[in-house]
Amino acid sequence: MAALFGQDALTDNGPGYAFSQAPSSAAGGIRERSFYPYTDNGGSTLGIAGEDFTILAGDTRSTSGYNINTRYAPKVFKIGGDDSEGTNATIILSVVGFAADGQILKERLDTIVKMYRYQHGKPMSVKACAQRLSTILYGKRFFPYYVHAILGGLDEEGKGALYSYDPVGSYEREQCRAGGAAASLIMPFLDNQVNFKNQYVPESGEGHALQERPRVPLKRKETEELVRDAFTSAVERHIEVGDGLQMLVVTKDGVEEIYSPLKRD
Amino acid sequence: MNHFPQAWGRPRDDIYGHYDASFLQSSGPNQHTQSPVVTGTSVIAVKFKDGVVVAADNLASYGSLARFTDVKRLRTFNDTTVIGFGGDVSDMQYLDRVLSSLDIKESYANDGHHLNAKNLHTYLAKVLYKRRSDFNPLWNQLLVAGTDDDGKPFLSSADLLGTTFSAPTLATGFGAHLAQPLLRRIVPDEAAVGGITQEAAVAAVKECMKVLFYRDARSLDKYSIAVVTNEGIDLKEDEKLEAQSWAFAEGIRGYGTQVS
Repeated sequence: MAALFGQDALTDNGPGYAFSQAPSSAAGGIRERSFYPYTDNGGSTLGIAGEDFTILAGDTRSTSGYNINTRYAPKVFKIGGDDSEGTNATIILSVVGFAADGQILKERLDTIVKMYRYQHGKPMSVKACAQRLSTILYGKRFFPYYVHAILGGLDEEGKGALYSYDPVGSYEREQCRAGGAAASLIMPFLDNQVNFKNQYVPESGEGHALQERPRVPLKRKETEELVRDAFTSAVERHIEVGDGLQMLVVTKDGVEEIYSPLKRD
Repeated sequence: MNHFPQAWGRPRDDIYGHYDASFLQSSGPNQHTQSPVVTGTSVIAVKFKDGVVVAADNLASYGSLARFTDVKRLRTFNDTTVIGFGGDVSDMQYLDRVLSSLDIKESYANDGHHLNAKNLHTYLAKVLYKRRSDFNPLWNQLLVAGTDDDGKPFLSSADLLGTTFSAPTLATGFGAHLAQPLLRRIVPDEAAVGGITQEAAVAAVKECMKVLFYRDARSLDKYSIAVVTNEGIDLKEDEKLEAQSWAFAEGIRGYGTQVS
């Protein structure tokens, strides 16, 4: 045992290790820090599905470190439609994280949705688009798109549909989801205000008899106000969020865009 | 267990043999740029009502050595676009060749269609993104200035990771810290661009180049400045900083000539 774990464990002869201390440099000479292909461009996104609409929102700030790259870089996009502007589109996508990957992901999904319509003569359903987006993300499982994507639209019954993704394509249909830098600030607020978590019917009982407040679909106007409140609060507490709030709302009449300023500090 | 924490959790040599470190070898047939070598510092640009002003100094540094003092870091394309290069100079020269061959290829068609600044920015961003995805980045940050499809001023950035963004004022490198706040004071948002004259924009950029020379140790008082509008490009590559005042240095300990 002494021979195995003796004092000379780090010398070349006898049982030991190939490195003198920790291998910090290459055997042949200098070893440079390898290139890291990702960065975080900050910002936050938020999606809420209603009875007959879906809202996707994102702030418009783009950052690198403590610098603000620009005060207007949209994170929410129309997918598909008739032209490069997304006229008559019915699906929307938000991407937050590494902006270059987000841009490429958006372009790929947009192309696929457009090709689908040219090839099949009908627009792609959100359900199909959601599955396709997952496949795209998983296709780069071993060099992922470093983004938190949220997809929105209306389902076959005309109800608001919202899908959220992790960077490698795991996805789920949800009522609401916050993504990006301030996700941890916004999500608990949403749990409480959209899914009525920790809200109970007053005087409905004690302990297990206490009844949860029944969930009801939100109205369009109050949802928009909820989104605005979430972002104005996030701006106060997160330095990477601010400058502008961009909202895309899908209804049966199409996609409506609403922009409002946020604090620029 | 032994008392060498760096050895814990590693395969034992007496069982698995010596660790093969050959893959850590830094010399090999093809090496990628893992860090820039000869570099250019800031590029700054600001939009005004008819176009864009871009500037960059004429220095290429080798670390802290001011190695090449007559390197032009602005290039034109089609007489409609100016591209400002920050970062590695050899990668800049490679991109310059790529752009020259693109120019020739595009001219063959002779269909009266020309790539504008917006098209060029998209192209360059894709080149940069492709190279970063191959783990072989072109170590640059570019500013592309000109006009878009509607003839309106266009200014956008692209970097070695393929990240792109656009704003009424942009600055790379040290300029992002020193020049950008000064420029934003003059052009706070896109709405303000219409109220900025060419003279005001040029004056602001020149003032910023001066501030950068005062405070950026890898900068030079010789610079290039380009004004790009729908009428064409006015590129001056041998400008000298004017009206410098080093009086402020007197009051800063460690900057001036104080001895104690």
